Amino acid sequence: MTATVPHLVVEDLVAGYVPDVPILRGASLKVNAGELVTVLGPNGAGKSTLIKAVAGMVPVTGGDVRVSGKSIRGIATHALVGAGVAYVPQTNNVFTRLSVEENLELGCICDVPRTRERIEETYRLFPDLERLRRLGAGRLSGGQRQMVAVARALMARPGLIMLDEPSAGLSPKMTGVLFQKLLEIRAGGVTILLVEQNAKAALAICDRGYVLAEGRDAFTGTGAELLSSTEVGELYLGSKARLAS
Amino acid sequence: MDITSYFVFFSVVAVIYSISVLGLNLQWGFTGIMNIGVVGFFGVGAYAAALLTGPDYPDSLGGLGLPPVVGYFGAMLASGIVALLVGLVTIRLRHDFLAVATFGVAVCIQMLAMNLKPLTRGFDGLHSLPRPFASMAATPFLSNLYFLAMVLCIGGALLWALERMTRSPWGRVLRATREDEEASAALGKYAVSYRLQAFVLGSMLMGLSGALYGSFMGFVSPQDLLPIFTFQIFVMLIVGGSGNNFGAILGAVTIWALWTLTETVLGAFLPPELQRQASAIRVVFVGLILVLMLLYRPQGLLPERRNISSFAASRPDKA
Amino acid sequence: MMQVLVDGIVAASFITLGVVGLSMVFNILNFPSFAHGELITSGGYIALAIVALFGTVGSIAGLSFGWPLIIALMCAAVLNSLLALVLDRSIYRQMRVRNASRISLIMASFGVSLMLRNVVVMFAGQDPHFFTFTIQPALKFWGIRITANELIVVGVTIVLVLGLHLFLSRTTLGKSMRAVAENASLARVNGIDVDYVIRWTWIIGTALATVAGVMLGFTIQLHPFMGFELLLPMFAALIVGGMTSIYGALLGALLIGLAEGLTVEYLASEYRQAATFVLIILVLLFRPHGIVGEKA
Repeated sequence: MTATVPHLVVEDLVAGYVPDVPILRGASLKVNAGELVTVLGPNGAGKSTLIKAVAGMVPVTGGDVRVSGKSIRGIATHALVGAGVAYVPQTNNVFTRLSVEENLELGCICDVPRTRERIEETYRLFPDLERLRRLGAGRLSGGQRQMVAVARALMARPGLIMLDEPSAGLSPKMTGVLFQKLLEIRAGGVTILLVEQNAKAALAICDRGYVLAEGRDAFTGTGAELLSSTEVGELYLGSKARLAS
Repeated sequence: MDITSYFVFFSVVAVIYSISVLGLNLQWGFTGIMNIGVVGFFGVGAYAAALLTGPDYPDSLGGLGLPPVVGYFGAMLASGIVALLVGLVTIRLRHDFLAVATFGVAVCIQMLAMNLKPLTRGFDGLHSLPRPFASMAATPFLSNLYFLAMVLCIGGALLWALERMTRSPWGRVLRATREDEEASAALGKYAVSYRLQAFVLGSMLMGLSGALYGSFMGFVSPQDLLPIFTFQIFVMLIVGGSGNNFGAILGAVTIWALWTLTETVLGAFLPPELQRQASAIRVVFVGLILVLMLLYRPQGLLPERRNISSFAASRPDKA
Repeated sequence: MMQVLVDGIVAASFITLGVVGLSMVFNILNFPSFAHGELITSGGYIALAIVALFGTVGSIAGLSFGWPLIIALMCAAVLNSLLALVLDRSIYRQMRVRNASRISLIMASFGVSLMLRNVVVMFAGQDPHFFTFTIQPALKFWGIRITANELIVVGVTIVLVLGLHLFLSRTTLGKSMRAVAENASLARVNGIDVDYVIRWTWIIGTALATVAGVMLGFTIQLHPFMGFELLLPMFAALIVGGMTSIYGALLGALLIGLAEGLTVEYLASEYRQAATFVLIILVLLFRPHGIVGEKA
């Protein structure tokens, strides 16, 4: 039996915007191929910083990041797509001055000949976007923009897609629609790393989760385990409660 | 010219330049306002003073023959008003707009000086501008010396006043608005008025500097209003240390020394056929210094001193 | 009145060629480059130097220029772009890497502008130069007067602007540029190499500036301040049209050119800059984001 290499490994990552003030202080996690793993934690715990450090946008001073066994620590951000990793930032994640279709085209800029066919495939997965294709992305609602951002990330046919709090600013209904899409994407074989503030919704759809606190991974387990854990509940709700209640 | 006379002449010009640099320091060093039209405000001041104090020119409306001191105050008023008008339009907007607007002011002032002949006598300029104490000085050297004494007093007083102001709560507000461009755009009207005050005051200093220059040289013309002056002031501030009033003065003296020294050296060592290019070579050389300073020591020779409230500094407990 | 329109369009053409580069640098490198005027000047003078190698500017079909000028223009565009790349590499990029503020970059560009201008003076002196001394007769038709040179200027500008539009809307690099202009960080996330885009921004912007310089040179004259004199009109075009949009800048250039034409006709040629400045102030007062620009 061959040991499969995890798709993404973050090992004892130390990172921060300013060298002597690390936000991540030795965070570790593993995402296996085809999994949907969520990263939770209170504000300031370093969730966004973790994704940005993997994306090469925050300086890393210790530890390692590996995609399919190959280290991508300190990678130039524009090389991410080539390494098979797509990243959906939390804010400003679409080009508002470009149309929906142009946004999608840009997602495929590393493989221009296949753009047309991939756009058609994307429209099959996101039929609403086909209706909106010529509209300037700046005219879309928050929920529609998130869909464009996620669809754009998929245009590069990544093996791994990382999302930074995609439900931020969305209504509960919209969040549900978005998360349903993520499950469809996972069903298509894409590995997903989901950083989220909305712990309940994220834990409901994930295979496994990590909870970050003070720059380190404090808890880990399956979605169900974390939902019913009192420690996790305390972290979020401040008392010995459970998220699942 | 013998050494002492040269030294006096050099010092007067250096102090006059320092006053403009102090003005830019207030605008850019403390408040983060980018004024690319320094020479425009210098020019407004120079011409205002010239028109007020010059003799009655036959071909110009100006030349009221008033005492030089009136000219100096008139210069500050005129440049202050121009700055106020420009500032009211632009101070709330992004830095780039102010930069372009001040640049436009400088271009227009030079153009007006060249073309509003009934007022400015165009290319011929305004001559025979008076100095204070002119009657008391027996020789040109003494006249220069009195002038030096005067500008040193003015410069010293300004330095003292600026130091007091920039260390005060007023100065701290300026520095706060300097830090974040977006935040300062969102600031309420009181903070905006602080920035406007700094911009106008700084421009008034530049106008005063222009008036003093005209008074000393006895002559102003559109040739004094070229962008090279703005460039010199920038280099002086960057080299000396922006955000530091003493740095401003140090920069003025250093760069003026370098400027005049280069002229002498180039004059001595360049072959005759390249003499024409001497001034151009000098600009390229000093420009290189500006760029190198911006790259490798942007804080200048005398960096800005971190200024904590005098109350906090004296408290025994430290956070 | 028609004549004013025609003169305005000719004036607008020079501004247009310059403002495209200025707009691109502003949107992609995030600072208004005060040295852009000098790139126009240097472009013209480099072409002059190359033409001097040929000994003559040549003549095609009675025009005041021929193949030597065309070849000189293309070589000058390459060399001038190289100059811009060197300046970016050695100065602006170093400052970008050190997280310099926009103000410092503006100041550096002002320093670069003075240096460039004076390097030109070092080599060519302060006096004006000419590509050719043949006087061109003005063509007269439909009640307007225009020289063949000026017609060519307008024609070339229109062709280049159309080309630019196609480039920005149809090519990968063009779309990448638009992406970087809006959000460089998101562009990187999409796999766009921003440094590569920056290099091409300088190349394209400077090439267009070179065309402006050469055309100014053969329609009027070459002198060290020629690019500097276009700087205020170019900034005005940016502000009037809207700083975030290249198409706004093009519209702005047209308007500023027309304003110049009107000023020359009804006031005096010397007051062109003042009229431009007044327009800037008016726009800043009433619509700071420009005609086409977005509210910040």
